[in-house]
Amino acid sequence: MKMTELAAPGLAPSIRSRGRFTSQTSALLLMLPPALVLFTLFVALPLFDAAYYSLFKWDGYGTPTDFIGLDNFKQALGHAVFWQAVRNTLIVLAVSVFVQLPIALGLALLIYEKTPANTLFRLIFFLPFILAEVASGLIWSFVFDGNTGVAAALFHALGMEPVFILADRHWAFAAITLVVVWKYFGFHMMIYIAALQGVPKEMLEAARLEGAGRWAIVRHVQVPMIASAIGVSVFFSIVGSLQLFDVVIPLTNGGPSNSTHTIVTYLYTFGLTRTRIGFGSAVGVMLFVAAVAFAVLYQRQISKGSRS
Amino acid sequence: MNAFRFLPALGKAAVLLVFTGFVLGPLTVAVFGGFKTNGELRVNPFGIPQQWDFEFYAAMLGDPAFWRYMGNSLIISLLTVFLTLIVSAAAAYVFAQIRFLGSRMMQAYLLAGLVFPFATAILPLFIKVRDLGLLDSYWAVILPQTAFGLSLSIMLFKTFFEQLPKDLFEAAHVEGCGYVRFFWQFTLPLSTPILATVGVFVFVQSWNNFLLPLVVINSRELFTWPLGMMQFRGEYLSEWNRTLAFISLTILPAVAFFIAAQKYIVAGLTGGAVKG
Repeated sequence: MKMTELAAPGLAPSIRSRGRFTSQTSALLLMLPPALVLFTLFVALPLFDAAYYSLFKWDGYGTPTDFIGLDNFKQALGHAVFWQAVRNTLIVLAVSVFVQLPIALGLALLIYEKTPANTLFRLIFFLPFILAEVASGLIWSFVFDGNTGVAAALFHALGMEPVFILADRHWAFAAITLVVVWKYFGFHMMIYIAALQGVPKEMLEAARLEGAGRWAIVRHVQVPMIASAIGVSVFFSIVGSLQLFDVVIPLTNGGPSNSTHTIVTYLYTFGLTRTRIGFGSAVGVMLFVAAVAFAVLYQRQISKGSRS
Repeated sequence: MNAFRFLPALGKAAVLLVFTGFVLGPLTVAVFGGFKTNGELRVNPFGIPQQWDFEFYAAMLGDPAFWRYMGNSLIISLLTVFLTLIVSAAAAYVFAQIRFLGSRMMQAYLLAGLVFPFATAILPLFIKVRDLGLLDSYWAVILPQTAFGLSLSIMLFKTFFEQLPKDLFEAAHVEGCGYVRFFWQFTLPLSTPILATVGVFVFVQSWNNFLLPLVVINSRELFTWPLGMMQFRGEYLSEWNRTLAFISLTILPAVAFFIAAQKYIVAGLTGGAVKG
């Protein structure tokens, strides 16, 4: 290579670029296909399959032949439990966004500054996020247990008959949302803390010098400055709520009398465990449409926000 | 300090302590619960055990099934991390380093996975895994987990690779080093922070995963620990202390791991927040 460069300076670049081209081609052929193949096989294709299977009455064995058009969708839309699951999912979504996120933001504002005590609180609040959903669900199902649980002891202390919260149609789902907040508020708090630490100190100082109070600084300086982080955490909240599953199974498994299903536990219970692959796929397709609709709405909001 | 300043500080401390209780309460109850007899659990569910009964923890630790569950989870998680890092770093490197026709389209395709919930296609995924003959094997969990982790990891890797100095590649290239070798010899060793961050997140996700193993694993020999724990709970419905001991034994490694890896976890979160 060095020799040719010395001998024929005019020739060298084309040789080198040819060498570069071969090197690029081999990199393309070697390094890209694994990702493309895995993604296509296990992410993209199943999605198309879901759309296809959703048009059949199919138990998953052999090939789907019993074409029933949109009947699976009609069945789901006519099923009261499905609507209960949709309602529950929307409740989780609303609690996540309107209860959990303000709590997370409030705590972030209290402990975003770097002090040893704040670091400790940060670690504690973030801890549940790292624990498995199933373990969290089981711990809380013990807490809520009407026989031996903490809730039972609390009721006794108040001189009341213990209530089996998780077996109570009116309270079971509220209990689940409490666990969801417990599990995830620390995650959102961390997102806010990272963003708050990025707000320039001079801005806060300037606002203070102009006589702005603590609350005014929060409202008019800090929150607007971390708007994009809030956007990210709203997005995570929504996507997470739409696919809530793990926490519900150990707590109630969808009961009592199917009152605490989310869309995914509904899909699992009425699709997979009853081997109604077509029906379950139809529910999956609806969930997919909902997720994409939310993502598009979110994008719109973001681009609207950045334009104004 | 005058009262005017003292009151907000007191309020702040009260709020923080209430939330600390809210977070740690259930966890301590679980850890203590594993030391209590069922009789004591009934009358004293949240206090410190009057009698420390090590029987239930010892029984768990002496149970080969417990270790098998943990071992299965560990193997699956480590292989998922390894595969995700290699596959997504390689793809991200190509996107960051080489300009070619269709690059943008392929990136958009691979990043689409960020938007839609894993659960939407869980039934067809089950069918796919079955048709490939992978059902009831480690790969039934590892391969789909890797595939679903690609979108986020490729995005994080690509951002990182684009910030690496460009001159380095030009210099290496003149010395006759091709793209693939440069990736192994320079890019990967320079990328340990991002490799660690992505690795930690993928590991935690795999370690805690429940839905996918639930769907594709049948035999108890291959159960991951969340599956084993649910099974265990079903078998000892009336004996909460055994389940609580099981749970506590899985929480402790998670907490230890969290404390050891928190630097990378926080880095991952801030990376995501800055970009949004």
